[in-house]
Amino acid sequence: MTDTMAPIRIVTVREALREALFEEMEADERVILMGEDVGRYGGAYAVSRGLLERFGERRVIDMPMSEALIVGSALGAAIVGGRPVAEIMYMDFATLGMDQLANQAAKLYFMFGNQLRAPMVVRVQQGVGRGAGSQHSQSLEAWFAHVPGLKVVAPSTPADAKGLLKASIRDDDPVLFIEHKGLYPRKGESAKPDHTVPIGVAEVKRTGDDVTLVAWSDMVHTALAAADRLVQRGVGVEVVDLRTLAPLDIETLLASCRRTGRLVVAHESCRTAGLGAEIVARVAEQLHGQLRAPIRRVTTPDVILPANTALEKALVPDTDSVVAAIENLLGGLRTHGGTSGHAADGRRRR
Amino acid sequence: MCATEAPAATVDAEILQRLYRGMVRIRRAEERVLELLLKNKLSSTMCHVSIGQEAVAVGVCDVLGPEDYITSTHRGHGHFLARGGAMGALMAELMGRETGACRGRGSSMHLVDVSIGHLGSNAIVGGHIPIATGAALWTALSGQPRVVASFFGDGATSEGIFHESVNFAAVQRLPIVFVVENNHWAMSLPWSRETAQPSIAVKAQAYGIAGVDVDGQDVLAVRAATAEAVERARRGDGPTLLGSETYRFLGHSRADPSAYRDKSEEERWRQRDPIALARDRLTASGVADEWYDEVERAVANEITRAVEFAESSAPAGLDEVFSDIYATPLAGGQ
Repeated sequence: MTDTMAPIRIVTVREALREALFEEMEADERVILMGEDVGRYGGAYAVSRGLLERFGERRVIDMPMSEALIVGSALGAAIVGGRPVAEIMYMDFATLGMDQLANQAAKLYFMFGNQLRAPMVVRVQQGVGRGAGSQHSQSLEAWFAHVPGLKVVAPSTPADAKGLLKASIRDDDPVLFIEHKGLYPRKGESAKPDHTVPIGVAEVKRTGDDVTLVAWSDMVHTALAAADRLVQRGVGVEVVDLRTLAPLDIETLLASCRRTGRLVVAHESCRTAGLGAEIVARVAEQLHGQLRAPIRRVTTPDVILPANTALEKALVPDTDSVVAAIENLLGGLRTHGGTSGHAADGRRRR
Repeated sequence: MCATEAPAATVDAEILQRLYRGMVRIRRAEERVLELLLKNKLSSTMCHVSIGQEAVAVGVCDVLGPEDYITSTHRGHGHFLARGGAMGALMAELMGRETGACRGRGSSMHLVDVSIGHLGSNAIVGGHIPIATGAALWTALSGQPRVVASFFGDGATSEGIFHESVNFAAVQRLPIVFVVENNHWAMSLPWSRETAQPSIAVKAQAYGIAGVDVDGQDVLAVRAATAEAVERARRGDGPTLLGSETYRFLGHSRADPSAYRDKSEEERWRQRDPIALARDRLTASGVADEWYDEVERAVANEITRAVEFAESSAPAGLDEVFSDIYATPLAGGQ
């Protein structure tokens, strides 16, 4: 990814997203940004800071508190020549724009006989970490992944954030681009200006022989930490970062599961009808009889998230709970040492 | 009935003849569509006709230029034809054919023709109002000389997105005309129970934009009011809320016998049939009976040819249901 001659540049996810917006707006004047507080305020999570000053208020549009309008008018601009990026401040508020996403943007290309296209991106921000509460912390990706016609992406690193946002802006379909409030300050290697990450392609972040661990967005880092810990105990964990949630890169998943014979899915969204259920079902349908162990999910339980960082932390999967799930799956055969601190966690999630 | 009396008397007969022909074209097409529906020849059971409301579609579209856009509703056959949509594409769409406006996938509620600035009719009441607003936004941002006309019914004014869209268009002074086709019934809910302020013009005041209430059965009045609104939009003086008072002569859909309506109310409105009103005016200005007959013949021919075209067209393809979900194929080739 990085030119060997060029120095490696370390940036945050927030900076990477800003670079992507900046570069795409520089390169293509059809690209506009619209959302609540994206201009003068610089974005609720400061992603768009500096863009108004550079591109002016015709291309960085502070919208009223009208989420359905933000999505719908982005769609209207998209079908007649614009390439808008709409920002919905919290994914929880995307519910207010649901008709425009699910009934309008997703359907339009097919429904209107391929006459209209919707080259638009809807950036949302989700997840826990700030005690933001029941209406500002949900991870609702499964709702959108359920709607054919939408593409749903959720990067985990600065390079993927930049590469996927650029690819999403250049894509001719509506893309729901999921950011995570916990990821914004996360640092990593930057991507070069011409770097894009293709939509629909997962990435094996780490290879391992014993178990496939699937995650996306912020949970990828929990998965990698769990893999780090387990490798020291002789367990090889293959971490697959989905990156695109809809449509699923099922081939990469199946290939990994065929190799390892075991699957664990970890996600921050709650359990019932979460994306993990779909992943598990797909793998089970394809690989029944080839797996060496039951499939496991590590998820937030089906609860309403409280505005309380201590409770939040206790509910969402962490490195301990992912490690515990994998150890449990392996039946202790390959592992040694204690599993202290995991009992309570196991009880909480059955 | 109307707060504003639009100037109508000075329009020449040639224009009114054009409008008359346009209304007859819609009326006869929808009558044929209902026949086809009863014969189970349509691809969908969903079919909403606009019989009684033709003057709004025709009066509005007559003043739009080729560069302008419209968005439409589930009751959109009239908008499609008035905007210049092909009769064959309409019939083929309703009959589920590959040659239809949406390649046989949209049927009655999802007509479209981008080549004539028709950006789609929508089956979510009010769902296209922000899309029309966004099209107007892009038009304004990119400095294009276009105006958007967004048709929707009285029921849509009760949707939150109506407020969000009109409010934003007002703030941004967008080149858009919001055309409220007030047929007085949102399915079974009367206008009096949808709003405590029946005047669209008064609602406009609250948004700080121009508003007008017009007799939607008088095609010249609709045309004149639209011309003013479009001119306002082209000048950069922002949107207009155009309330047009009309009536759907039939039920909401085939399944609806309109039992909730007073028959005397229906009869009163039928006395104000927009086609008959235009004909009276034309006759008074000296148009002979033969001319109306010729219009009917030409329209009947067009419709017959269109139905034949549809019937001889290939049915919509099943393969494309799978291949046309996305405009940009995935790298993984899903």
